Amino acid sequence: MSRELFKFKGGVHPPEHKAESNARPVRAAPLPKKLVIPLRQHIGSPAKPLVSVGDRVLKGQMIGEADGTISAAVHASSSGIVSAVDQQPVPHISGLPDLCISIETDGRDEWVEHRPLDYRALAPADLRIRLRDLGLAGLGGAVFPSAVKLDPGAAQHCPTLIINGGECEPWITCDDVLMRTRADEILQGVAIMRHLLGSTEILVGIEDNKPEAIAAMQAAAARMDFAAEIMVVPARYPGGGAKQMIQVLTGREVPSGKLSTDIGIQVFNVGTAYALARAVHHGEPLISRLVTVTGHVLRPQNFEVLIGTPMHALITLAGDRDGTTGVLMGGPMMGMPMPNLDVPVVKATNCILVQSAELFPPLPKALPCIRCTRCADACPAELQPQELFRFAKAGDFGRAQEYHLFDCIECGCCSYVCPSHIPLVDFYRYAKSEIWTREKDKRAADLARERHEFRQFRQEREKKEKAEKLAAKAQAKRAELAAAPDAGGAAPSEADAKKALIAAALARAQAKKAETAPKNTDHLPPGTQREIEEIEARRAKIRELARQPLESDEKP
Amino acid sequence: MPSPFILDRSSVTQVMAWVLAALLPGIAVYVWAFGPGILVTLALATVTALAAEAAMLKARGYPAKPFLADLSAIVTAWLLALSLPSLAPWWLIVTGTLFAIVVAKHLYGGLGQNIFNPAMVGYAVLIVSFPAQMTQWAAPLELTSAPLTLAQSAAVIFGGDVPKATLDAVTMATPLDALRTGLLQQHTVDEIMAQPIFGHYGGVGFEWLAAAFLLGGLVLWALRIVGWQVPLAFLAGIWLTAGFLHFFDAGRFGAPWFHLFAPSVMLGAFFIATDPVSGATTPRGKLIFGFGAGFLTVVIRTWGGYPDGVAFAILLMNLCVPLIDQYTQPRIYGGAKKTKAPSA
Repeated sequence: MSRELFKFKGGVHPPEHKAESNARPVRAAPLPKKLVIPLRQHIGSPAKPLVSVGDRVLKGQMIGEADGTISAAVHASSSGIVSAVDQQPVPHISGLPDLCISIETDGRDEWVEHRPLDYRALAPADLRIRLRDLGLAGLGGAVFPSAVKLDPGAAQHCPTLIINGGECEPWITCDDVLMRTRADEILQGVAIMRHLLGSTEILVGIEDNKPEAIAAMQAAAARMDFAAEIMVVPARYPGGGAKQMIQVLTGREVPSGKLSTDIGIQVFNVGTAYALARAVHHGEPLISRLVTVTGHVLRPQNFEVLIGTPMHALITLAGDRDGTTGVLMGGPMMGMPMPNLDVPVVKATNCILVQSAELFPPLPKALPCIRCTRCADACPAELQPQELFRFAKAGDFGRAQEYHLFDCIECGCCSYVCPSHIPLVDFYRYAKSEIWTREKDKRAADLARERHEFRQFRQEREKKEKAEKLAAKAQAKRAELAAAPDAGGAAPSEADAKKALIAAALARAQAKKAETAPKNTDHLPPGTQREIEEIEARRAKIRELARQPLESDEKP
Repeated sequence: MPSPFILDRSSVTQVMAWVLAALLPGIAVYVWAFGPGILVTLALATVTALAAEAAMLKARGYPAKPFLADLSAIVTAWLLALSLPSLAPWWLIVTGTLFAIVVAKHLYGGLGQNIFNPAMVGYAVLIVSFPAQMTQWAAPLELTSAPLTLAQSAAVIFGGDVPKATLDAVTMATPLDALRTGLLQQHTVDEIMAQPIFGHYGGVGFEWLAAAFLLGGLVLWALRIVGWQVPLAFLAGIWLTAGFLHFFDAGRFGAPWFHLFAPSVMLGAFFIATDPVSGATTPRGKLIFGFGAGFLTVVIRTWGGYPDGVAFAILLMNLCVPLIDQYTQPRIYGGAKKTKAPSA
């Protein structure tokens, strides 16, 4: 702690509510009758199912394999029979169901064969594939596949490794309890990270509202054969955000639009380090995690929970109470409401927060923005939230992007302090998704246009080639005729004149027909007419565009 | 309902209530130094503002209750009332308040949408339209023999039958007015300052009023209702501009302390220029806004057609806010060291 700490701008300090759940010991949640394991539990491509209905699976058996680089495997959390591979409700902000593997457990909890990995003996690339296949993903909330983050890439090594024990969100205590009780294993995981990343500096950031965790981690660090500095940082939300933790511990900022590894820093959550140690030293895939169940329950506490356990089972275990108004996954600042309580615990589930009207009174109605800039003072990304709000509300997404909309980390500080109670983050999410949709549409339109232009170009080219071929043929013919001295000189020209007369007559007749024949494009309603005009204009433009490559082709 | 699910306890009502509370020391000193007439003015402006606000909300199809409860109309009313001469006739108060609420606030889109400070628009309209009535300032009690009672003040305001002699005895020009008139009559600043209306720094009574507004303003700053940038920059703008002029010709330009210790300056610095709706939002923008308003105040006082320039200075700076904001966007986390101004 001799090091100097830095500060991040903004932030808020909501009531912590940590004491409710961090005093009770960790309890293992009982094996449920049915596990529902989503194939998409991480950022990136969802896992591909490896089992089908009726298959018997063992605890720790891979049931979904990683699909591509940014992906991770999923595993059976216990032994049993696969009862379904179908769409099930999952804890996701969209509220849409997703592909899941359901397992009827047999109660035997029978492990698949698994053995420790000798991580020093394995080539780093092989080790990373093993970790991907063990399903490791960041447990701090973002669930980014850990194997990808453990690749130092072209730089060969990542000098600074930050272990994030900030846990700045109110109510959540799973990292706190993990550090108190499993500090040695966390640091064993850190040793593996250090090995893979070639880091020389290891900083563990813990907020000062967790004295027991700090003491346990310090004691464990003293036992390790490498130096890990346990750094106590002031408790201020969102100090546990990766960018803020980097800023507080190193004084450096992740450049906008870049990754922390671009400045030689990688950040992992303490829970991820622990899961990594279990995976490497015991060969256990990521099939369980600590989950805080707190809020409006009788016994708020942390549970060791198998992935796939339905949330209602945990709430019952913690003692459900009358007057529940809702359930959040995560904390009150960034958590998301659960559509129903059948949804399973996933790798990202750090907390199940049960709401009541007392703990979470309904938010007051929003008033207009008075530009007081309290949001700007609270913004840890140092944005001007009041301007972003104005642009998002007006649908001026271009300006919103100019004012760095995509640097918003959606921490919720602006909404928290807003005296007009405007759900600001909501407007930013809306603007972001609108921009993404538009970009997708634009990409699709661009592709269609390119294809169309190429088709036109090809048709033109084919026509030209055909004409050239014909011309060449005619030339050859003429040469042939010219070579034949007995052919009559006047006859062909006479025939040509006759042909021209016929053609002219035909054209006149056609023009007359077009004039008199009723056309379904006359007397249209103005809307349709405008549409047709627009289409014609677009066509003209496309023709124009299509001509360009041809012209440039002709240039030498 | 998406995150976050908890809120800080702040509200617009709370912010406005603190602003009103911070005006109370000023009002108390006002009564002590100039008599109880201001209470009549405040009450009349408040009633007018609330009625106008309710009528406009109804006309625009907005619910009256949440918007009346936000107290912003009362803040406007009080700021205007405290800027008006304390014995101004009732119709002057009503006209100014109506213009502030109906035109400057609601016709621009209501709470949060007005580009000009409503109270200052009301003030500007009155001083342009009724310059004579706008100089009916009550004389400091220290300088009058028979101060008016509350009833007498009300009688004066509501146009009751008050002998002109009585009225003449209780009203006089403000110190700023006296300075301006004196300078126009080719007196030097020192000669003018020898008049009984001038006290230690500002005018007799007026300087105490300024001090009380300053106290209320500091409370707002301590509570973080207002930031330090605008008040400090505003006061610095006045002090530096006035000091610069005074340094060159002390005979023709008032001392910086005199310019600073006017009630309008303290009211402007902490309560009016800090109006978030019509002010700049970026940290650097707030400094520019405040300093510009201070600079313009002294310029208008010195060379303009009106004795005081706070209202016009703030309105002129209100005009510049979109420009200031656009070109003073701060660097963001992880942003380039020098950010380009976003395009229009």
